[in-house]
Amino acid sequence: MTESTSDRPFTANSFNQYLLEGKLMASRCMDCGDLGLPPRAVCPECHGTKMEWIETKGRGKLAGFTVVYIALTFMIEQGYGRDKPYISGIVELEEGVKISTRILGVDPLKPEDIHIGTPLEISIINIGEEKKAYLAFKAIR
Amino acid sequence: MTGRKLLRGVAIVGAGMSKFGAFPEKNSRDLFVEAFKDMSRSVDKGFDPKQIESFFLGNFSSDLFEHQGHTAPLLGDAVGLTPIPSARVENACASGATAIRQGVMAIASGLYDVVLVGGAEKMTNLPTSEVTDTLATAADVPFEIAAGFTFPGFYAAMATAYMDKHGMKPEHLMNVAIKNHENGALNPNAQFGTTIPKWMEGRIASAVKKGKPVPAWSDIWDFLHDDAANPMVAWPLRLFDCSPITDGASALLLVAEDRAKEFSNAPLHILASTQTSDVALHNRADLTSLSAAKLAASQAYEMAGVTAQDIRIAEVHDCFTIAEVIASEDIGFFAPGEGFKAAEDGVTARLGAKPINTSGGLKSKGHPVGASGVAQVFEVWKQMRTEAGERQVPGDVPLAMTHNVGATGSTCVVHILERRD
Repeated sequence: MTESTSDRPFTANSFNQYLLEGKLMASRCMDCGDLGLPPRAVCPECHGTKMEWIETKGRGKLAGFTVVYIALTFMIEQGYGRDKPYISGIVELEEGVKISTRILGVDPLKPEDIHIGTPLEISIINIGEEKKAYLAFKAIR
Repeated sequence: MTGRKLLRGVAIVGAGMSKFGAFPEKNSRDLFVEAFKDMSRSVDKGFDPKQIESFFLGNFSSDLFEHQGHTAPLLGDAVGLTPIPSARVENACASGATAIRQGVMAIASGLYDVVLVGGAEKMTNLPTSEVTDTLATAADVPFEIAAGFTFPGFYAAMATAYMDKHGMKPEHLMNVAIKNHENGALNPNAQFGTTIPKWMEGRIASAVKKGKPVPAWSDIWDFLHDDAANPMVAWPLRLFDCSPITDGASALLLVAEDRAKEFSNAPLHILASTQTSDVALHNRADLTSLSAAKLAASQAYEMAGVTAQDIRIAEVHDCFTIAEVIASEDIGFFAPGEGFKAAEDGVTARLGAKPINTSGGLKSKGHPVGASGVAQVFEVWKQMRTEAGERQVPGDVPLAMTHNVGATGSTCVVHILERRD
């Protein structure tokens, strides 16, 4: 964790803005220390409302995954689908929290070779002229 | 919430459903009218619709599926219920059972004696990609859907975690599909009225008839492993691991317990009605179980004063094959890691020791999202009153459970029902 700020609201918009800046940011409750990812404005543990932003190290391991063939429209528009499946998964960060993410660096056509516990590091996907950022993690070789 | 009881008892005195399937010529209103008429015929001693004092409708997304909002008064009016209060209840795929629970609480409070509960969903107007998008709105859109997750994908991710923890293989899940299609083939209301072996034979016969290359499947396992016949949806889940896109409706008549015999010779008394919620899938400690379902089930057992051993049959939320395996563990029928073995060994078959989804489940009967939770109760109504025809389980069914899940388990609703002749 390299940064601690509270100058942006604890919203999905702020989270996405940080992603565009190349950072996976979590919230931390300043009362009880509970880490929130996705970020939270109210602490689910102590119901405290004083939060700060914390940059995660962006390293973790694979907790669960799938290879998606019947895709969402926005993924079809990016060229994915039956003939080009993609991997979605859940990463458990070294900080102990989990989040949904795209998974890169492993072969979607060989899912039997993808293992729970595979070490991952952050690899944010930037798409389009408006620079939309999507959270992704890639397998560490 | 433990130890809480209803202020007065509630009983089910009528249950009905439309046929489930794809009906291009019908909207959710038409289907609900069919379910209401079917329910009306099931009330042993008859009733006057004017006796209904309130209406709760389970419906997930008529707005996106049919471009129709404000659905409850509209469907209520279709069966002549104005001006009584009506309300739509939305909890994703658990909308139906949540609506039942609203009806139960409305009667238990003393405000009403007679309540109609419905469920309806019209899903087949949209192409598959838009249905996928619409169902995805039940997840945490900015954080889960941005990662590309679909609903089959979420349950597939649970399956990979379960396989890693318990040594299950994707093949084990096919036992659930085979079993539920066997049951659905005996259910005249089911979307798929055929077993998987018959389905395979039909595909071969069709190829012969059309003069196309005849598939060389050696058995149903060969068929189920064929990427053309049973394509991958979200690894490790294939088409036959997934409930279908369905149009359908269902209806129940709920009354105050002390008035049940005015309407019915064999009412079902609601011994427990519990509901829980949970965080998004990625925020849970364990991906191999739905903690909301475990909690709702344990609260239901406590409320009813019974145990899992006492429950003769259960209708559980098998939106995907892995969901039934996990559900069979979460409701305490089997220990963690044993559910897939029970399915393989036939324990959960219609003639097994612990029958699950005798209706065919969401998998074979169909899954019109908002109607499913109510239709689960329709099935146990039929089984408990020995009216299930060809699919009737042997022996008496005095106690049954229904388990209805919203999204990945962000909502779970459990009911325990007892027949009192």
